[in-house]
Amino acid sequence: MSEAYFRVESGALGPEENFLSLDDILMSHEKLPVRTETAMPRLGAFFLERSAGAETDNAVPQGFALLPRLECSGVIWLTAALTSQAPEILPPQPPMWLVLQGSKLELPLWLAKGLFDNKRRILSVELPKIYQEGWRTVFSADPNVVDLHKMGPHFYGFGSQLLHFDSPENADISQSLLQTFIGRFRRIMDSSQNAYNEDTSALVARLDEMERGLFQTGQKGLNDFQCWEKGQASQITASNLVQNYKKRKFTDMED
Amino acid sequence: MKALYEQNQSDVNEAKSGGRSDLIPTIKFRHCSLLRNRRCTVAYLYDRLLRIRALRWEYGSVLPNALRFHMAAEEMEWFNNYKRSLATYMRSLGGDEGLDITQDMKPPKSLYIEVRCLKDYGEFEVDDGTSVLLKKNSQHFLPRWKCEQLIRQGVLEHILS
Repeated sequence: MSEAYFRVESGALGPEENFLSLDDILMSHEKLPVRTETAMPRLGAFFLERSAGAETDNAVPQGFALLPRLECSGVIWLTAALTSQAPEILPPQPPMWLVLQGSKLELPLWLAKGLFDNKRRILSVELPKIYQEGWRTVFSADPNVVDLHKMGPHFYGFGSQLLHFDSPENADISQSLLQTFIGRFRRIMDSSQNAYNEDTSALVARLDEMERGLFQTGQKGLNDFQCWEKGQASQITASNLVQNYKKRKFTDMED
Repeated sequence: MKALYEQNQSDVNEAKSGGRSDLIPTIKFRHCSLLRNRRCTVAYLYDRLLRIRALRWEYGSVLPNALRFHMAAEEMEWFNNYKRSLATYMRSLGGDEGLDITQDMKPPKSLYIEVRCLKDYGEFEVDDGTSVLLKKNSQHFLPRWKCEQLIRQGVLEHILS
C-alpha cells in the first residue's frame, strides 16, 4: 500500500519501447529470424554457427564466442555490481571475413530494429513461427490452452514491436494478438482474484510476462482488500524494503 | 565499447576516403551495439536511483552504514540533494513549521498506540521528558508520531487490540 519504489513501466504495447524500462530491455533481447540483403564485411566472425548461408572461412578459433558476449553485454552489465569488472569486448580476429548476401541469421530485436529500414537494403525480416498463419489459427480456436510462457515469454510485447517491420500480415497479427488476449483475460482475472494465500505457480506457469504482471496486480488488490477487512489497514508496518535488507547479509562491511 | 568505437571510426574513414560504400552495414551494426550497451548501463543506473529515492521514504534521513557503503559517491550526493529538496518542500507547506509528509502513511485512528519492542534499542525519550528503556519484548503505550519512524525501521511492532 505505501509503496515507495516505482519502477519504469514497459512501453512495449504502445508505439515505442521505453528507453529506461528494464522489462523492455529484456523483451528486445529476444531473437528474430532475419535474412541479409547485402554482404556485411568484417563481421563474419560473429555469425559463424548461426547462419545457414556460406561463410568465407570455416576454421576459426574463438570467433563465435564474441557475438554472444556482445549481445549479452547488456545483460551482464545489468546483473554485475558497479564495482566488479566489466567483461571486455574484444574485436574479432582476424577481421576480414564477411557475411555473404542472402544468409539466414537470428538476430535480437534491438539489432534487427537498428539495421532495418523501409527500402530493405540490409535486412529483410521473417516472422517467427508463432506469429504466422498456423499458430494464428490455433490461437483463434482456443486461446486458453496455449502455453504462452514457452512461446517466448514476451509474446504480446514482442508481437507489438514486430509490427514495426511492415510485413504484409501486420493487420492479421495485430488482430490475432488482440483476440488471444481477450480470450485469456477472463481466466487470468478470475484466478488472480480468487487465489488467496495459495501457491499460485500452477496458475501462472502458462502466462507470458505481461499477463503475469496483470496477475500480480490482481493479487495485490486482493491482499490489500483482505487486509482492510481484517482491520490491518491502519496498522503501521515495517516496509518490505526494510525487511529485505535485514535478511541480506552484508559480507564486506570492512574495507 | 572503446574497441567497437575505434573499429567504427576506421571504417568510417575508409568509407569516406576510399569510396567503399559497402562498409555501411558494418558501421551501422557496431553503432547499434554501442547504443545498446549505453541503454543498458543507463537503465541500470536509473533503477538504482529510483531505489535510493525509495530508501529516503522508508528509512528516514539517516541511512544505516551498511547501505551507505554500497552506494557510489555520486549516489550519496544525489541522495543528499534529494533530502534537501524534500525538506525544503515540507517546510513550505502548512503554516509556520511545515508539514512532515513522511509521517502517517496510513490513516491514523488514535493519538497513542501500543507497541512491542522487537530488539534492543536502548533509551528512548518521549516529549514530556520520561524516557523509556526499549528491551526485547517489552510493551509500551506511546504517542504515535514518535514511534512511527521506529516501527517502519522494524525496531518496534505495532499491536492492534
